[in-house]
Amino acid sequence: MSKRLYPKTRPSPSAAVLGLIAALAAMPAIPPVRGEEIAASARLSNLVRQDCGSCHGLTLKGGLGKPLTAESLTAWDRDQLAAIILDGVPGTPMPPWRRLLTEAEARVIADMLKEGALK
Amino acid sequence: MPKYLRRLCVLIASGMIALLIAWITTPTAVLAMNELRGTGDLGIVVERSAGSILIVDTTKRAALARVEGLGDLSHASAVFSPDQRFAYVFGRDGGVTKVDLLTASIAKRSIQAGNAIGGAIFDDGSLIAVSNYEPGGVRVFAADSLDMVADIPAIGANGKASKTVGLVDLPGRRFAYALYDAGEIWIADFSAGAEPAVTKLSNIGALPYDGNVTPDGRHYLVGLFGEDGVAHVDLWREPLAAERILNGYGRGEEKLPVYKMPHFEGWTASGDRLLIPAVGRHELIAVDLKSFKEVGRVVTHGQPVFAVARPDGRYVWVNFAHPLNDTIDVVDILTLKVVHRFRAGPAVLHMEFTPRGRDVWVSARDDDRVLVYDAATFAKKGEIAAAKPSGIFFTARATKIGQ
Repeated sequence: MSKRLYPKTRPSPSAAVLGLIAALAAMPAIPPVRGEEIAASARLSNLVRQDCGSCHGLTLKGGLGKPLTAESLTAWDRDQLAAIILDGVPGTPMPPWRRLLTEAEARVIADMLKEGALK
Repeated sequence: MPKYLRRLCVLIASGMIALLIAWITTPTAVLAMNELRGTGDLGIVVERSAGSILIVDTTKRAALARVEGLGDLSHASAVFSPDQRFAYVFGRDGGVTKVDLLTASIAKRSIQAGNAIGGAIFDDGSLIAVSNYEPGGVRVFAADSLDMVADIPAIGANGKASKTVGLVDLPGRRFAYALYDAGEIWIADFSAGAEPAVTKLSNIGALPYDGNVTPDGRHYLVGLFGEDGVAHVDLWREPLAAERILNGYGRGEEKLPVYKMPHFEGWTASGDRLLIPAVGRHELIAVDLKSFKEVGRVVTHGQPVFAVARPDGRYVWVNFAHPLNDTIDVVDILTLKVVHRFRAGPAVLHMEFTPRGRDVWVSARDDDRVLVYDAATFAKKGEIAAAKPSGIFFTARATKIGQ
């Protein structure tokens, strides 16, 4: 029998699980709105990369459409970008997204683009 | 042995078994050189976010290998060498990668521009051409070395550099393409040598966004975004000239928003009519291939993006732009009716038929898989896991003009 290196008495696994549950119960509940916000911005990021990216490039470096990197957008403010997203640019292939996005979502996208925050 | 140690060993052993299973089931990187096989039933599937491609076997309905390091493949296209051994993959970042399909490795790679949209290969396989957005123009490269042999800036009559679109090869060492910003069609003829003779047709229409040639290499058609109409060049007529067809197909009605540009692809040699996507209308327009007049329309599920004909020409499979891009319509070219409509998966990006039309492969980007359907019964016959799959290209394209 090898030398016992650890104390004979130690917390049982079931005690540890109970302790964890107690700790979680004591934590303030994560507000559901924050969770939804995270899911929404993930959905919008995917939309911008994959669908806007059809014309603007997956990396937003441009294609048929102009580049949308943060450096390329310095001349535009967030509200101007949101307006372009919602109403498009008539006479060009940039369509109005008003039927598919709310004004709030357009502002979220504009913020993400200005910050270069898209993942 | 103490309980916790035994549990730890079980955990490590399970982990190792899981890794072993993953390794066995992942496509292996290299085919042994003494395994002889043909390439006629191979193809590639573009994994658009990862910058990789899968080499696929259409007989086995399976992936054989993944090749990584192809750069930005978010609007990639490919052509094949005449021996169907190599794929030339054109990436958005201006990269051209020559991939050896048998060894599943990169034979050559070059970044030739800032932003590129597509490419073509000469009829004899000696040169490839790439159409670029940035800088606008077409560049031509030796197919073996990828050394540049010609650079044709697309400066239109308005003096501005233009994005180039709709690049196709034509018989007789020629290419045709359109200038998006300038509204022109150019035909570059390399039959005399490395210095091309370029024929420029101007004022062909506003914002040509894509073009394709009929399988006989005779009729080059270019879709216009800026107006309702299509430009047509009959390449058998001298002097070369562009005419407007399907003019005013929008009938003055308000255009619907277009969330993804249609493409002129997937035409096949048979029958006397062609189905092309309308822009800003949820319709395909049927064009008679003798008169080039409209002979009917098909109302579709959404804005068509690709209308790909089955190799026998009888049916055309159509996918759509965001947000209706989970559905495929199958259209009967005789009756111009949708005979089947089904939901294939989230974000159907592309479809490709096996050469004689037995199966059709469909990419579902947001499901991370490619589905294989029986092209006659619509039964699902297989699926291949792929990371954000987009374009699907089979080696049989090597035998076809304009592909």
